[in-house]
Amino acid sequence: MSRSTHLQVKNLTMAYADTVIQQNLDFCVKRGEIFIIMGGSGCGKSTLLRHLIGLMAPATGDILIDDINIWDTTAEVRAGMISRSGVLYQSGALFSSMTLGENIALPLSEHTSLVTSRIEKIASYKLSLVGLAGFEDYYPSEISGGMRKRAGLARAMALDPDILFIDEPSAGLDPISAKLLDRLILELRDSLGTTIVMVTHELESIFSVGDTAIFLDTEAKTMIASGAPKQLLKESTDPRVINFLSRSV
Amino acid sequence: MSESVPAKYQVETTENNLLLHLVGDWSYSTDLPAIPPLLRHINKDKVTSVTFHAEQLQAWNSGLMTFLIELIDHCEQNHIKVDKTHLPQGAQRLLNLAYAVPERKGARRTMLGQPVLTKIGNVTIEMHRSWNDMLTFVGDLCKATGNLLRGRARLRTSDLFYQIEAAGPSALMIITLISTLVGMILAFVGAVQLRLFGAEIFIANLVGLGMAREMGAIMTAIIMAGRSGSAYAAQIGTMQVNEEIDALKTMGISPLEFLVLPRLLALCITMPLLCIYSIFMGIFGGAVVSAGLFDISFYQYYLQIQDFVELKHFIIGILKAGVFGVLVATAGCFRGLQCGRSASSVGFAATSAVVTSLVLIIVADAIITVICQVLGV
Repeated sequence: MSRSTHLQVKNLTMAYADTVIQQNLDFCVKRGEIFIIMGGSGCGKSTLLRHLIGLMAPATGDILIDDINIWDTTAEVRAGMISRSGVLYQSGALFSSMTLGENIALPLSEHTSLVTSRIEKIASYKLSLVGLAGFEDYYPSEISGGMRKRAGLARAMALDPDILFIDEPSAGLDPISAKLLDRLILELRDSLGTTIVMVTHELESIFSVGDTAIFLDTEAKTMIASGAPKQLLKESTDPRVINFLSRSV
Repeated sequence: MSESVPAKYQVETTENNLLLHLVGDWSYSTDLPAIPPLLRHINKDKVTSVTFHAEQLQAWNSGLMTFLIELIDHCEQNHIKVDKTHLPQGAQRLLNLAYAVPERKGARRTMLGQPVLTKIGNVTIEMHRSWNDMLTFVGDLCKATGNLLRGRARLRTSDLFYQIEAAGPSALMIITLISTLVGMILAFVGAVQLRLFGAEIFIANLVGLGMAREMGAIMTAIIMAGRSGSAYAAQIGTMQVNEEIDALKTMGISPLEFLVLPRLLALCITMPLLCIYSIFMGIFGGAVVSAGLFDISFYQYYLQIQDFVELKHFIIGILKAGVFGVLVATAGCFRGLQCGRSASSVGFAATSAVVTSLVLIIVADAIITVICQVLGV
């Protein structure tokens, strides 16, 4: 597996109007790794994700995917680049007026020239990957929260993206579903080689799937640690990081 | 043959074994081969096992996977062995994952092909249920109103004032516009006919009576159905989606008293007032047309209305507006509470609130007209 840089963030500052959320963020995500953005509630994890997927423009700094600065190109190029990445939103964000099959078929019919019968087959295959075989005709409101999340993952993978952004995969799931979802994410990375950027504060997920992690702090307004999660727990000297990772107060 | 161009695979059959050479680019961007020709090939040659050769395979993604799954499914049905070992490592893992969770029995649905009779039956049952729901709602609402009259209802006055403001003063602009125009139209249409008899002065009677008895109340009700009724359905429907209604119930607060009563009272209070305003704007619109086009002075018009349009007509109109207010608020809140838990059901609730309101308004108007006829007022 080649380990070239896939996504790079250079000196990023994020702000809502005049309020700075995080500043001086510098990190790079290698191709095929699972990269974790962690930190306490309200530290700007999800805001960082919104910057990475191009929903919010940085106050200053650059975001590069495959060495292309996504905010230094035309809106069309950016839209094209972003549509090639998959995003799993916190609550799935499935379109409620469409069945699961139609939800997955939508990006395929918009962005590829495949015929409808092939698209339907791909949608069924994606659902079978996340353990939802046969649920094509269900509406999101008819299935449970964990299933919605897995269906969201199936939709995020519809276009076989090389990079997948996941926001709080285990939020609102029971421990077993959360663990199964983690395992699924790992399995998908291993078989497809997808780069995965994941926002989470679940220690279980951080230690079981994360290759590299950064830790954002609310008060310092920047990242105060980066590295492999297990190594951080062993070697970090910063009490904020240790407390978070060992769940002590 | 168009099916084999561009060639993505080559087939080699030796002693009932089919060797499938996968070649080239199998990602979405290129034309993917259809599966039927290969399946025909398998059936024709009485193949008992399938193996793969993937050394010349370049890029691949889900396009290849769906092809493989279709092939494997077909082989399994026909008891043909499939040897996956020479597929790319990632593809093998994905296949294992795809077949890891077997399809849950009974999960797949057959949506299409319902006989017409079944559909009619389902719709009838649904209508019956909806009718029952409506009656239950009206019953509950009566109880809540009873509580209110006895001073036992939990009604926040700040809510009530907010609803009155949202329903009343904010609607004045559109009521002004619509009512004045309706008054002018009535005057114009009537005058053209009345002029044939030289009886233009009766425009005043026509407009006055029409606005006071019918049009004032009806126009106000239609505007409020579109403006407030749909808003109520959407607000309460969204609360239903966010589980706010459930939260109210578990706190022991009746959504009917907390959400529906303020809206109902607000419309009961504002609708008659808006109706009075609408009647006067309509009469004013008629006056403008009469004075401008048909040489009837404002004073003449005023005297004519004073002489012929009795107070009882105004009272009937205003009472009607009160009734319509109750109907619009009830329909809006009912549809909101009935709302499902998805974004599209909120839209549906808002639409059906307006439709229900309009039907109820017209039916109620017809009934009131008949009652007035019988009573001779």
